[in-house]
Amino acid sequence: MSAPMVNSCVNSMKSILIHFAHEHVDFRLAELASILKLFKITTCLPDQNGFSPFLKLDLPSLDCAQQIASRAVLIKSVYELWAQGKTHKELNESLSKLPAKFLDPYITSGDTYKFQVTSFNKKIPPKRKLEIIENLPHEVLAFEGRVDLKNHQHAYHIIEDYGSNMGKPTKEPEQVFFAKWIADGQRDKINEFHLQKRHFIANTSMDAALSMIMANLAKVGPNMVVLDPFVGSGSLLVSAAAKGAYVMGTDIDYLLLHAKSRPSRCNMKKRQSDESVYSNLHQYGLEKHFLDVLVADASKPHMWREQTFYDAIITDPPYGIREGAKKIDFNPTLSLTDEQRNGGTHIAQRTEYHLSDIFRDLLNFAARYLHVNGRLVYWFPVQLHTYAEGNIPSHPCLRLVHNCEQKLNSKVGRRLITMEKVCEFNDDMQDAKLAVDHFQEASFRDMYFSESSVLKEKLTQARSRPLKSAPQNDLEVNKRPQNDLELNKQPQNDLELCKQPQNDLVESRRDFSEDGVNDKLSQLNLK
Amino acid sequence: MKLITHNMLTSNIIKGVKNGFPLKIIASKVEEKEVDFNPEFTARMIPKIDWQALRQAAADLGKPNSLPEAVADQYEENVDFLKQTHHVLMELEVIEGELVCPESGRKFPVSNGIPNMLLKEDEV
Repeated sequence: MSAPMVNSCVNSMKSILIHFAHEHVDFRLAELASILKLFKITTCLPDQNGFSPFLKLDLPSLDCAQQIASRAVLIKSVYELWAQGKTHKELNESLSKLPAKFLDPYITSGDTYKFQVTSFNKKIPPKRKLEIIENLPHEVLAFEGRVDLKNHQHAYHIIEDYGSNMGKPTKEPEQVFFAKWIADGQRDKINEFHLQKRHFIANTSMDAALSMIMANLAKVGPNMVVLDPFVGSGSLLVSAAAKGAYVMGTDIDYLLLHAKSRPSRCNMKKRQSDESVYSNLHQYGLEKHFLDVLVADASKPHMWREQTFYDAIITDPPYGIREGAKKIDFNPTLSLTDEQRNGGTHIAQRTEYHLSDIFRDLLNFAARYLHVNGRLVYWFPVQLHTYAEGNIPSHPCLRLVHNCEQKLNSKVGRRLITMEKVCEFNDDMQDAKLAVDHFQEASFRDMYFSESSVLKEKLTQARSRPLKSAPQNDLEVNKRPQNDLELNKQPQNDLELCKQPQNDLVESRRDFSEDGVNDKLSQLNLK
Repeated sequence: MKLITHNMLTSNIIKGVKNGFPLKIIASKVEEKEVDFNPEFTARMIPKIDWQALRQAAADLGKPNSLPEAVADQYEENVDFLKQTHHVLMELEVIEGELVCPESGRKFPVSNGIPNMLLKEDEV
């Protein structure tokens, strides 16, 4: 542990310390691995890094570290690791052993610099920080340049790790690093692309951080073509276009794509006419990366010419909770007049699109239309205690690369699945298969709503409500009189809600969020 | 709808239709929108493009001579050719109109620049 970190290995690899952000822990290594692939950087990554936000990595050059930082959302900073120890004493010993050949260029350069104390899992008071800096072996780190706290050319960090005690800080740091700062990750982009500032959002727009992580997992890069077959408001396309890709989207929701659906923001009566996927890209100056959006049924892949057109497919299919999954089914008995057929007066009836079918269709589509080495990245909702790896669909053309879990509550979650096309598709191939259908017993919607006893109770209440309930009998309405008004204004909604009590719940939960009450569903952007 | 999208679209989703490509364009409103020229991207797209379908589509929009008869040799270095192709692929947009299935004559409306490829229940 106390051996010098630099130049100790015979090869010219650089010792890099990665400081991850402490969120989406299950996604951090997957994101890093995908970025390494994207830039064709070869190095050894561990299979697991646990909860620790620190990861040591050998990279061929410091440029590689820059490249990683230029993409990673889940990395706070990347450093060149100079020394480490279990205690400050060990660290200092290790620093003293740094070879002069390595140190001299920094010592004699005359560049301005600063020392900075960073800590994980504990706040260090300024006095202690000063102490740590004063106790460094300054006879070794005798930089000739002057200290400049604002405009320095180099920042040397002393990083204390108080982690690993299940969230509680340990008394003394478990490990201490001395590292030279190279670059910060893309944390600031999360704010820049925050949904609150987005012109066009839908009920289940993906938050900025996860959208960017998806683009990284899909290895999205300049001049690629990316498709989202359940595009909605296009949040995933925004993050893909920000990486230089050209983006295309389809959705079955005509009203949404034409900005005529119910608005998703509170205090908004109707959508503005220019709310579109295009305007979302335009907002960030990415409009030149917009190809098209189409109103189309994702269950009908033959809409596209037989041609491997896409470099990546990233999507978040509707799980049936906040947004229902729909497709158009065959009905031979339909008889339409020409007027109805061509005049647009007949709207095709949409039927439930079963989640398992969505995923099978998605894999079959990806196998056919992705380039070899292209990636398919999608969310797969799961009930935590029944989920097994066999629930993830498979296809002979596609290899499962990453499978990251995001818990939504104690019972349900969703997994971000990354698959890579590994061979050319041919028509003799078997279709996508499911070893075990996760949604066979119950839809994800039923799983979700059967999980909470509070919700169950509400559900029973809603079901037992008489068809034409007077508003004063309505529990929900009594709690929030402003809804009373709304219900009175739109009695037909009331009726509909009574007929479909589950919808009622979703609706009322959304209202909670509009009232500013903390709403889990909207917080988590559950579809 | 840009012509790059049109070049990928078929009507093979209709029951019984086998050769639903290329879709004929009947446009009532076409716009030319400037899109930054990206020679690498354009060159990357050319091998995927059905050239004759692209020429026909340009003709459908009243621009019959905007492309040469065939893809130029060594097009990667031919900036003029790439610019012409970029213009047709990315800058000509069908705002209002119809896409017609070459086999069945079924029409798909384009409104506000967005094609509607949904079918009726007896067509799928």
